Amino acid sequence: MTNSFADFAKAKMLLVIGSNMTEAHPVAATFLKNAVLKGGELILVDPRRTDLAGFASIHAPIKVGSDIAFINGLMHVLIKEDLYDKKYVDSCCTGFETIKAKVMEYPPERAAEICGLDVDMIYQVARRLAAVKPAMLMYTLGITEHTCGVNNVLSCANLQMMLGNVGFECGGVNPLRGQNNVQGACDMGALPNVYPGYQKVGDPQAQAKFEKLWGAKLSDKPGLVMPHMMDGLVTGKIKAFYIFGENLANSEPDIKHVEHCLESAEFLVCQDIFPTETTRFADVIFPAAAWSENDGTFTNSERRVSRVRTVSTPPGEAKPNWWIFKELARRIGGQSWTSNSAQEIWDNEVSVEAPQLCGVKYARLEGDGLQWPVPSLDHPGTCTLHKDGCFTCGQGRFTPVDWTPPAEVPDAEYPFTLSTGRRLYHYHTRTQTGRCQGLNDLLGEETADISPADADSLGIEHGEMIRLRSRRGEVALKAKVTDQVPPGMVWMAFHFREACANWLTNPVFDPVSWTAEYKACAVRIEKL
Amino acid sequence: MAKSTLMMNGREVGFEPGQTILDVARAHGVDIPSLCYLKDCTPTGACRVCLVEIKGARSLMAACAMPAAPGMEILTESEKVVKARKLNIELLLASGRHDCVTCEANGDCTLQDLAYRYKISELRFERPEKWYPTEDLNPMIIRDFSRCVLCGRCIQACNEVQVNRAISFGYRGAAAKIITSGDKPYHESDCVFCGQCVEVCPVGALKEKKAKGLGRPWEVEKVRTTCPYCGVGCQLWLHVKDGKIIKVTAVEDGAPNQGRLCVKGRFGYDFIYSEDRLKTPLIKENGEFRPASWDEALDLVADKFKGIIAEHGPDAIAGLSCARSINEDSYNMQKLFRAVIGTNNIDHCART
Ligand code: SF4
Ligand code: SF4
Ligand code: FES
Repeated sequence: MTNSFADFAKAKMLLVIGSNMTEAHPVAATFLKNAVLKGGELILVDPRRTDLAGFASIHAPIKVGSDIAFINGLMHVLIKEDLYDKKYVDSCCTGFETIKAKVMEYPPERAAEICGLDVDMIYQVARRLAAVKPAMLMYTLGITEHTCGVNNVLSCANLQMMLGNVGFECGGVNPLRGQNNVQGACDMGALPNVYPGYQKVGDPQAQAKFEKLWGAKLSDKPGLVMPHMMDGLVTGKIKAFYIFGENLANSEPDIKHVEHCLESAEFLVCQDIFPTETTRFADVIFPAAAWSENDGTFTNSERRVSRVRTVSTPPGEAKPNWWIFKELARRIGGQSWTSNSAQEIWDNEVSVEAPQLCGVKYARLEGDGLQWPVPSLDHPGTCTLHKDGCFTCGQGRFTPVDWTPPAEVPDAEYPFTLSTGRRLYHYHTRTQTGRCQGLNDLLGEETADISPADADSLGIEHGEMIRLRSRRGEVALKAKVTDQVPPGMVWMAFHFREACANWLTNPVFDPVSWTAEYKACAVRIEKL
Repeated sequence: MAKSTLMMNGREVGFEPGQTILDVARAHGVDIPSLCYLKDCTPTGACRVCLVEIKGARSLMAACAMPAAPGMEILTESEKVVKARKLNIELLLASGRHDCVTCEANGDCTLQDLAYRYKISELRFERPEKWYPTEDLNPMIIRDFSRCVLCGRCIQACNEVQVNRAISFGYRGAAAKIITSGDKPYHESDCVFCGQCVEVCPVGALKEKKAKGLGRPWEVEKVRTTCPYCGVGCQLWLHVKDGKIIKVTAVEDGAPNQGRLCVKGRFGYDFIYSEDRLKTPLIKENGEFRPASWDEALDLVADKFKGIIAEHGPDAIAGLSCARSINEDSYNMQKLFRAVIGTNNIDHCART
């Protein structure tokens, strides 16, 4: 996020797109609701009438995957009615003429048609957003989990720049990270194209720096992203696959395909705290220490590095993950890494190598942690990025984007759109929450959430078992009839193995980020 | 602008406009007790424990609700104040079944602390004979109405802090009761089990069911950590006894969560004690897993990787790191892939 959670409760105007925050980021949502109680205004853009709709002045129920058309339509109105922040755009941004030309192709009438909205709503939202400054935009996976995910993100940034909202407290573009340490794993360079601290693979200087630090020759070729690794297992390009923690066999789209890939692996290593659907395919399983069984740090969505502390020892022979990697480094490459604890890894390596984290040392993390960038030891951390419109990379650049529909849209054979996400009481594939006393009692099974109108026309009762079928697979589960869901949509999560949405989802990806289109595929509802 | 001042116990102290007397006192280290007051919420003045004497005022005033004004002369522990507080505490004690030895809150109870501070040694008032029955129907929260002092903090936590709007006051007079959604049990109400009501309940009326009987507050060590679930990164206190987490509460006033948690952060800690945990390295042989030593398993993987590197090159190996685990684990994994194996084929599910 460019901004901080502390801003949420203070914001005067909040635009939430594709984020069911009360279930996926519940505590963040409480601050947002506080802002509304204090007189702030919330505009919610989401196909579903989620709980936040009850707090919103406007809920725009756009069609799944129409975000770009919607935002282009808003920008069209902002320009047409001269409501955008001219001063900010002139002094802090480039590319206004090109974005203007693009959004002129999206008059509100066209946008409204693509989004399935009343055209007035587009005018209304644009005018309200222009009326209150700054406005804070937050989004979650409703923006990114599309084949046009990167363009969706660019759209959000375009809108916030045009409104002059980037670089201020209670403004900015704020993606809420799904998992506790996605931010951190990216920061650490667990990505095929960057070293720790986002230093680019392929940049000779960065490569030389890390070759020196690590005392090894490094490859200048960016690596494969996850979907290509999986394909590589089938083609034989990848001979050995090492999975740390992830439960791919449930969490990735199209389970049948994923399992076929895992089955094809010549040699599969899994490292986990539990046996999972994925570890079944392993040749070797390493037992790992879990949360609270070793010291370390997590980095949250607002770039805050916080401590994780030990309270007990891992069961049996389970070992800290970092130790396992260190042992392999010795056994594979004869390297003896000197750091022998998470603190030593952080203090002596991470914070020395990643410029944003130079000033972060364990000794400084006792209380509330620090928000990067923290360029020096006396730097207090950074709550708001791009302060006062001064983008860290020079000027903010508008990037015109066009709307593209999801890869698979409803047709006569599969007439419904399936969209997926998380529910409050469980987390991901339930490896953790499913083993916590009580949580299964609060939510014990998956449902297919459908609208009362569709339930009616299909003759389906609330709680009735139905079958969902997509081009990839089928699941049988109970129908949950709820007015949260608009007609034409089915909504599911991926917490339960038997009725996991990923038997149905479409393994198509954004061509830049390689994020899968979990938010849209076509399904059919069958009565049982 | 010069700060406004007032006199507190004969000492001149400054304050900001908008501060209550309680705020001013706490800012200057003056300890006015409170019970129903909940930070950042509209004061209700329900418990009358924070009464103070203000010169010129006809009656004692609730410090938590009374805005500070320039020139006020305030006594926070005068004889009159102490007498009134004592009476109110005695009434609270008599309102329910406050037999501390059998109460889960023993040692962590505001009412108990108040009775001790004001040296209350016997109960002068009759206590009622009947209470609403204890509600123990959901997996997380036990509601013992016999210990509820009707302070209303749970209502504020639910409506003003978490804004879930599940808890409210129901019935009147002697029948007064804290209710969830039209007096349904918790699990049939709008409750989402964030447990904020339990967190703020000053007595033993709301308690974590999973922690029941597992440890007294003085036997417990509190360890600060970060929640293992979503990207908010809430700060938790792990209450640890004999090396085991017995319950979780929120770190007050800490960033980012300011004393709040959700159901997963508060109640989702015990998976680590599951019998299903992997406890030893496993090697698959003829389709079955068998236990192995670390040396055997690590050497097997190392040999296999070395063989593949020699035959097909380092890019024939790929790895996925974990977005749930600590930074240092991801760091070491990417370093293993880059500096030892020699490939950039390292990724994680950055995208979910
Ligand atoms: S349940 Fe606890 S917090 Fe709620 S009114 Fe009763 S004593 Fe106060
Ligand atoms: S307590 Fe809830 S909101 Fe906070 S980090 Fe954990 S899962 Fe997220
Ligand atoms: S704390 Fe002031 S009236 Fe209860």
